[in-house]
Amino acid sequence: MVAHLLRLKLTLLRNSLKRSTWALVGVILGGLYGLGMLGLLIVGLIFLGSADPEVIRNVLVIGGSAVVLGWIVVPMVSSGIDMTLDPARFVTFAVPMRQLVAGLALGAVIGIPGVITLLAALAQVGTWIRYPAAAVAALVCAVLAVLLCVVASRLATTAVISLTSSRRFKDVSSMVVLVPIILMGPIIAGIAAGFESSVGFATELAAVLGWTPLGFFWAVPADVADGDYLTAVLRFVLGVATVAVLAWLWKTILARALVTPAHHAVTRKAAGNLGFFARFPATPTGAVAARALTYWARDPRYLGSIVIVPLVPLLMLFLAYQSGDYTMLNFVGPIIAFLLAWSISADISYDNTAFWLHLSTGVSGWADRAGRALAVGVISAPAVLVFTVGPLWISGSLEDLPVMLGLSVGVLLTGIGFSSVVSARYTYNVPLPGESPLKTPPGSGFSMFAIQIIGWLVLTVLVLPELGLTIAYFVTGDSAFGWLTLVVGCVLGTALLIGGLKLGGRWYDRRAPELLQAVAVNK
Amino acid sequence: MIRGLAKRFGDKIAVNGVDLDVPAGSFYGLVGPNGAGKTTTLSMATGLLRPDHGQVWVHGVDVWKRPLEAKKLMGILPDGVRLFDRLTGEQLVTYAGLLRGMDRDTVAERVTDLLRALDLTNDAGTLVVDYSAGMTKKIALASALIHAPSLLVLDEPFESVDPVSAANIRDILSSYVSSGGSVIVSSHVMDLVQRMCDHVAVIAAGAVLAAGTVDEVRGESSLEDRFVELVGGRSTAEGLTWLRTS
Repeated sequence: MVAHLLRLKLTLLRNSLKRSTWALVGVILGGLYGLGMLGLLIVGLIFLGSADPEVIRNVLVIGGSAVVLGWIVVPMVSSGIDMTLDPARFVTFAVPMRQLVAGLALGAVIGIPGVITLLAALAQVGTWIRYPAAAVAALVCAVLAVLLCVVASRLATTAVISLTSSRRFKDVSSMVVLVPIILMGPIIAGIAAGFESSVGFATELAAVLGWTPLGFFWAVPADVADGDYLTAVLRFVLGVATVAVLAWLWKTILARALVTPAHHAVTRKAAGNLGFFARFPATPTGAVAARALTYWARDPRYLGSIVIVPLVPLLMLFLAYQSGDYTMLNFVGPIIAFLLAWSISADISYDNTAFWLHLSTGVSGWADRAGRALAVGVISAPAVLVFTVGPLWISGSLEDLPVMLGLSVGVLLTGIGFSSVVSARYTYNVPLPGESPLKTPPGSGFSMFAIQIIGWLVLTVLVLPELGLTIAYFVTGDSAFGWLTLVVGCVLGTALLIGGLKLGGRWYDRRAPELLQAVAVNK
Repeated sequence: MIRGLAKRFGDKIAVNGVDLDVPAGSFYGLVGPNGAGKTTTLSMATGLLRPDHGQVWVHGVDVWKRPLEAKKLMGILPDGVRLFDRLTGEQLVTYAGLLRGMDRDTVAERVTDLLRALDLTNDAGTLVVDYSAGMTKKIALASALIHAPSLLVLDEPFESVDPVSAANIRDILSSYVSSGGSVIVSSHVMDLVQRMCDHVAVIAAGAVLAAGTVDEVRGESSLEDRFVELVGGRSTAEGLTWLRTS
């Protein structure tokens, strides 16, 4: 039975590669990249062996603990995680519990993250090769540590499975996880600063982690190398006990999950609340805008773009702090205008096949384009205004307001107009409705990348007049350039917006059935 | 009326020269095995998928030459597509009405009627994403009916709909036909088609095998037997000797 489960996993993996040549190419490139990183990691681990034992211990314990933590946290927050061997799918097969647990655990190792973790963990044998006893301990501990990763990760996923079947939990968690990912740079820099500021920080951290379930197994070889066999044995026993307890917990929860199928109570609500539909004019354009705005408020894929907005100034503040140059903070407004305007460039891809409703009702291209533009305008106008005026006001340079406002308005209007053209012509694979905004769908790589890069370049060219005037203002310091930027931003921006909506609308009218077919590929 | 409709996906010819005449005021059933090209045919007939060849007219309006006029005449329920499911049921049907340029009061009145007729009043404020499969079908049907079309094209309208709702939907459709509307439904359920429809077409491998009134097509036998006879591929159950319990 264990062998059956493993074969199932391998077959699923193989078949998923067979689906499309480009997906295969993507996997091969990703695999090569992964292999390259793994190779570097292994070489690094082997070279680490020539370092001081204390350094080796710190690196292995901290790094290893981070890996275990990753195995636990990532599946919990990402709804795009590999659920091919979801226990719920085995409910109808009478698989003996013990074999199911073993099969699922081994099945979790098969797959790219599992194999990479295993190989990297085994590479620490190479690190300890100068201390034969420690190397043997490292071999045993590496295998057990990977087992710990897998069991802890499965336990975590099984435990939250009843939660994740609720749509609301999925929606919220997929957005919350955006925050640390966007702030990743500052967080890592903060930790790095911690290492720099105190030499003993790493040693202290490693010492603490070594006595937590995250670090037991990673610290054992170092104890052996130090000749501290008592501690080594103690940690090893604690580690094995952790695995045993986690495995038992997992088995218990799994047994319960198998007999209590996930259900989610939905509160029934009666009619009466039309939301945005009651507030927009009762025209096709107004309806599209109301629908789009409802999605901005309810769909995590759109909400994600809004969550990012307040994080941009934080990120900029951090960059400014590092470089010591605070003038770039004044450009938060135009950057947010750019991000929000560009965020509707894949609007039809986000609709996916629900787009058929627009097609079957014969909505005109102009109404479709204008409605979506109106929705993003309602969202972005106040945000851009606040983040344009705010930094200038705080830094006491309100005399720069005309130029920055001109640039922001120009970027926003031009960007919305241009996005309206792009989304009427180009579609690419985006996360499907209901999926995590972070999920990268297979086969999205190249076309998405090309459209984004080329799109950004074109958009930059379109706002060149405003950019040029802004530069002229800051070089000459002549306030006439500032007012000119404001005028050009408003006038040229409006012209490009209307032009973009018209052109996008015309393309839409001509190609709507083809658009539906293009988005239907990824469903 | 459909003439010489054809569509090719890569190497596979999904629909190969389909001709169909759907008389105005008829209740027309489209039956065929899985993968026969029913959905592809209906998508091309309703303006959702551009055909490689052929033409479609609805009450004399060419669907692909004058799409806006043709779409005003049709109400569509496609199969296997998403809905804007982060809207509530009420919002979705309202949206479908407003997109067609109807005024707010008419839309509100019809939405209330439709939700009541389809037994969705109590769930009108629930997001469509939280609906069951059958409720999703019903709300999509409501979106297709909102503008009072003269032709309804329904792809698998009874799939996963409970028997009571299915009976309600049948009543709605029958009274719609008797008041002069035309309905095209595709289905797997022969029995249902035989009872409900007055015309039927059998499609397999992208071509029409038989078409006409139900009585013409089935002749002496039941529609199901006639269908199996036309399509073929029936295997006898002798192979599974071990399945016998005694």
